[in-house]
Amino acid sequence: MNMQIVMLLGQDGVTNGAVYALLALSIMLVFSVTRILLIPQGEFVAFAALTMAAMQSGRAVQLGWLVFALAVVATLMDAAKVWRSKGREPWPHGTLGLLAVAALALVLTKVLPLDRIGMFAQALLTIALVVPLGPLLYRVFFQAIAAAHSLVLLIVSIAVHVALVGTGLLMFGPEGGKTEPFSDAFFEIGPAMIASQTLWVIAATLALMGGLWVFFGKTLYGRALQATAVNRLGAELVGISPDLAGRASFTLAAAIGVLSGILIAPITTIYYDSGFIISLKGFVGAIIGGLTSFPVAALGALFIGQAEAFSTFWASSYKEVIVFTLLLPVLVWRSLAHTRVEDEE
Amino acid sequence: MSPLALPHRARTFLRAPARWSVVAAIPIVALLPLVLTDYQVTLADNIGIAALVTLGLVLLTGVGGMTSFGQAAFVGIGAYSAAVMATFQPADLPFGLSFFAGSPIAGLVLGLVITLSVAGILGAITLRLSGHYLPLGTIAWGLSLYYLFGTIEAFGGHTGISGIPALSLFGITLDRGEELFRLIWGVVIVAVIVTLNLLDSRPGRAIRALRGGQIMAESMGVDTFRAKMTAFLTAAVFASIAGWLYAHTQRFVAPAPFSLQAGIDYMFMALIGGVGQVWGAVVGAATVVMLKEWLQDLLPHLLGRVGNFEQIVFGLLIVVVMREMSSGLTGRLVEAVRARLPRVSIAPAGADLAAVEPLPRCPMPPRGTTILEARGVTRRFGGLVANDDLSFSVAAGEILAVIGPNGAGKSTLFNQLSCVDAPTSGEIVFRDRRIDGLPSREVAKDGLARTFQHVKLLPTMSALENVALGAHLRGSDGIAAAMLRLDRAEEASLLAEAERQLTRVGLGEYAAAEAGSLALGQQRILEIARALASDPCLLLLDEPAAGLRFREKEALAELLGRLRAEGMAIVLVEHDMDFVMELADRVLVVDFGRQIAEGLPAEIQSNPAVLEAYLGGVE
Repeated sequence: MNMQIVMLLGQDGVTNGAVYALLALSIMLVFSVTRILLIPQGEFVAFAALTMAAMQSGRAVQLGWLVFALAVVATLMDAAKVWRSKGREPWPHGTLGLLAVAALALVLTKVLPLDRIGMFAQALLTIALVVPLGPLLYRVFFQAIAAAHSLVLLIVSIAVHVALVGTGLLMFGPEGGKTEPFSDAFFEIGPAMIASQTLWVIAATLALMGGLWVFFGKTLYGRALQATAVNRLGAELVGISPDLAGRASFTLAAAIGVLSGILIAPITTIYYDSGFIISLKGFVGAIIGGLTSFPVAALGALFIGQAEAFSTFWASSYKEVIVFTLLLPVLVWRSLAHTRVEDEE
Repeated sequence: MSPLALPHRARTFLRAPARWSVVAAIPIVALLPLVLTDYQVTLADNIGIAALVTLGLVLLTGVGGMTSFGQAAFVGIGAYSAAVMATFQPADLPFGLSFFAGSPIAGLVLGLVITLSVAGILGAITLRLSGHYLPLGTIAWGLSLYYLFGTIEAFGGHTGISGIPALSLFGITLDRGEELFRLIWGVVIVAVIVTLNLLDSRPGRAIRALRGGQIMAESMGVDTFRAKMTAFLTAAVFASIAGWLYAHTQRFVAPAPFSLQAGIDYMFMALIGGVGQVWGAVVGAATVVMLKEWLQDLLPHLLGRVGNFEQIVFGLLIVVVMREMSSGLTGRLVEAVRARLPRVSIAPAGADLAAVEPLPRCPMPPRGTTILEARGVTRRFGGLVANDDLSFSVAAGEILAVIGPNGAGKSTLFNQLSCVDAPTSGEIVFRDRRIDGLPSREVAKDGLARTFQHVKLLPTMSALENVALGAHLRGSDGIAAAMLRLDRAEEASLLAEAERQLTRVGLGEYAAAEAGSLALGQQRILEIARALASDPCLLLLDEPAAGLRFREKEALAELLGRLRAEGMAIVLVEHDMDFVMELADRVLVVDFGRQIAEGLPAEIQSNPAVLEAYLGGVE
């Protein structure tokens, strides 16, 4: 192994690690606000990547149908709730807006010449398609059971993931998809060639993390989410709606997922079921951070990216085994640090 | 001992429906192959294998409240071990195993050994952590093992190992469908019996306490980590045996049926069948296996494409099951049947109790010796000082009452005394041993028992079983004895002791009632019975008289007085001043975490600092 290969693998590791860090962030965000381990996080990534790929290769984009169908179901659920309360409960705002966005995005994917509108417009349309999936999934599958035992939430999360992967196969088929890079430029720094895609990924990751930091530290919605994460009941008592907090965190998760998908699509071939494996590496990062510490999780995710890149070089067929085995020492350490017996909520 | 001792009889009765169902299942299994077609027998074989795996999940998830998505990987270990031992040439096997090449029993044992090692390691590193780590750990491990099976060349990669010979046990070759059917379902029935036996025993009660009662169980001396491990290892063993049966039924193994997806399917089977009942495993496995067959025929026609589209249906089905009927199909059925059965009440035990071997008791420390001493106990939560430099002691045969306004730090103090929590600084000495920072089950061994301010009972277990949990440390029979029902003599003694304590606190007639169905005051008294069942020498009672009526309070005061006369030391937190002042020997007053007075009840009643804390100062 020479310097050049090290740089190349390191670069790969940084790009993947950055995406895993974003996903770890998103997983912990959703977990701390809602207690849900968002197993379908990876589906946002895969659906975004495959939608971009479908647009660029001129194939029909079917994701709009799923989003629209979910929006219709969510609207019907809202209507049923209002009807059952005999008008005492106001019509919840939000879902109708999502229905409108979903309908518009569906129409656009059917009328626009998708392969010729340019990458930026493709990305925008992908965002408009996938981001509503977040709050819609929360509304349809989780809102009614938000107060349930965390085991129930986990099982529903797995079930939604399983259903989404099946739907993904239906929408995108079994073929993989890869998109064009944002630009073909390379930069020479010392002995290494740095692909501009790598820089895009790093820049976008940093920008997103900065944005989230500002959102949580400075804005009212961000602080409301943070309050919910610290003390759910307390936040509810001071008027922060748990439904709103749940939807907002799922929206952010979907947004982070879409961006990760768009960033990773030019680098890796994505299949309809690739999302799970990708997000699982985010989970490994989140576990390293103990599901609570964002910086530790981000560092952990970067480390996972490196470990993956280098094990691809040395023992490519054992790549996944090596990555997931890295969980063991982390769990041992966590287990030794944890001595008190607690009752589960 | 008489087998007719009441607690035993009561329990047999309570569990009778489950036991009779096993008896009914035996002729069905024997006769069913005679009427089924070959295809149906094959399907039933698959259902039986899946039911065995799912039964483990019923124990793990339904009873223990833990989740594993990695059961398919344990099936894989069992199946690959069987395949390797059956097909590899002796020269290809590692040294030590070559002698056993071709032996199906060796395949089974090898599978079990590997499964237990892997599950032991996984359990050791995840079961102490919060409930999210086990499922995540099993997902990662399930994925890894699947990739490993697919990459190891000796295992044939993704094509797998074929040519596994028919199963031959003790000279009998089982190669016909109906023979395998009887073997598989025989194993399922044995597993059901073993599971029922385990649940109806001392270690079983510990497992049943895991869901929602871990702090309480630890305070009663239960090693909850060990209980979790028992459930996890049992589930893994069932899965491994299922894998061995699978390899010898299919006569070929490949990685696909042991993927994470298969692990998720097993969990779905448990949830659809109902995780609360042992037969839910069979119902769930049958439903999912048959529905899958049907959907795999139907969906490609509907959608015009081939793929695992049945997963969409299963995913949505689980969402509905979790929302609408968390007890699953079997749970619904059992509830419906139970509602139609008459409620039985059980007569008091009377003379039968005498026939059971009583449990040995520890000698009480002599009256007047100091049993518990707190020295400068301080507990901070961030900036809040909940307990500030508290020092006091309690002697055998003495009742110390801790009083103080709400928020004074009394329950915090109790949690530290019983080692549920540890002080930030200071020492707690119990029977000449420093206990602060120890796990609470350690001090339970030395004779400290407590009740909780917010009642911690297992609401769906009978009052008798709740109290028997308190006697956990007075028994020693383990898991194997429980599974094989060799624990009956000890179990009868434990239950007789529980019955005795229930009668002692005046709840004898409620022995068979579900603890959750009792009134709150009765639940508090039930907690006292549970504490007494552990044969303590120090009793910590957190607001025992709250919610009691006048006569019940009198009876409680009388009981506590008798315990004191026997030499028991009692510390109680209470708000009912009449109750405290009449009963207590000494009173400790706490306000804002600080000790403001200590002394005889009469002194306390006229202490100006106490009056100010309770009534406000005179300006």
